[in-house]
Amino acid sequence: MRSGTVRAWSRVHTWSSLISTVFLLMLCVTGLPLVFAHEIDEVLLHQDWSPTHADGRRLDLDQVLDAALARHPGDVPTFMSFDTDRPVVNVTSRAPDAPAGAYNFQPIDQTSGEAAPLVAGHPVMEFILQLHTDLFLGLGGMLFLGLMGLMLLVAVVSGVVLYAPFMRRLPFGTVRAERSARTRWLDWHNLLGIVTVAWVVVVGATGVVNTLAVPIIAHWKDTALADLAAAYDGPVALDERASLDAAVNRAREALPGMTLQFVAFPGSDYSTDNHYAVFFHGDTPVTTHLITPALIDARTGELAAVAPMPWYVKALSLSQPLHFGDYGGLGLKIVWAVLDLITIVILGSGLYLWIVRRRRAR
Amino acid sequence: MSPRDQGLWRIFRLPLLIGVVSLIGLVGALLGDGLWDGLGAALLAGGLALATAAWARQRSGTRKT
Repeated sequence: MRSGTVRAWSRVHTWSSLISTVFLLMLCVTGLPLVFAHEIDEVLLHQDWSPTHADGRRLDLDQVLDAALARHPGDVPTFMSFDTDRPVVNVTSRAPDAPAGAYNFQPIDQTSGEAAPLVAGHPVMEFILQLHTDLFLGLGGMLFLGLMGLMLLVAVVSGVVLYAPFMRRLPFGTVRAERSARTRWLDWHNLLGIVTVAWVVVVGATGVVNTLAVPIIAHWKDTALADLAAAYDGPVALDERASLDAAVNRAREALPGMTLQFVAFPGSDYSTDNHYAVFFHGDTPVTTHLITPALIDARTGELAAVAPMPWYVKALSLSQPLHFGDYGGLGLKIVWAVLDLITIVILGSGLYLWIVRRRRAR
Repeated sequence: MSPRDQGLWRIFRLPLLIGVVSLIGLVGALLGDGLWDGLGAALLAGGLALATAAWARQRSGTRKT
């Protein structure tokens, strides 16, 4: 490689890294506890609990919804999801005049309609998650972090290109421990950087895709659900709605063999103003991450459509596990954490190398 | 240490192997179940182990000379 070319790549590497390092360090530090969010929530929120009527009596979903809304009069329901290991239905609702992003989340004991204890989303973990997702700045913060993720990918590509001239005369694995701190850290930076490339690219690229979740879902709604949305002039009022329980059963008939995951109510981000969108997932390792909705007319309770997700929503769905590292048991999470720590060392050593070189240049 | 410049293949063959093994682990754990979960973590960690082994070998090599 000609020295001019090396200098150009070096400049790309320096600047893409410098712009993003502070944010990437934040993402790595907050990401570390998030890898173990499930385990940490289990410890922080541990509480002995059993359903009121363990013998099997279950309220139907309309009764559960009524019980939840009775605790927050005036709220409009947005989502309903289902715990897999206890008879609990989670109802998300919001006051019509609430600021964006302000929701009421209630786990409800399906055997009695009483409140059940929270098992996920401890306030501390929610704080860390929000910081990691959007810096508390909403969509703008999310997209900004996506841009930082793109910077990371540029830094990785330029780093790989620069690896060649640096390693021309050094065998793989060399760390010149007897040389100056600068040389030693350069070798560590190169070695750790090159062995973590695959993981960093996968976590970085899927992270960027995740920052696009809001526009991706909005685009899906505007295109795939456009015809359904056009069927009515105004949104369906709360007292015009057909039975939710019957709607979910109708959806089950339309998608036999799939597992119920959540319901998006009319007017929420995942549905039209006039339909219950009932989402199911498959049961193979991959299809558990992929969702398919059946849309039920909220006025009549009739099946309006089954809408398989387009490729870009599937890409978003698969980006989530690949970014979180929560799809292969505790072993994978531990490796994820080790790689995260190594990435912090790479970022820190890169910053150190830049500072030392700048001091020398003066 | 060889004074001769290495070609791209020599420079990148081990990093490439580590990258491919890591990717098989990452995707394998997503596509597979049960056994693949442990195997995926092992393959991903295997890349790090390979790098550690290469580092240890280089270190002992430079000490001897």
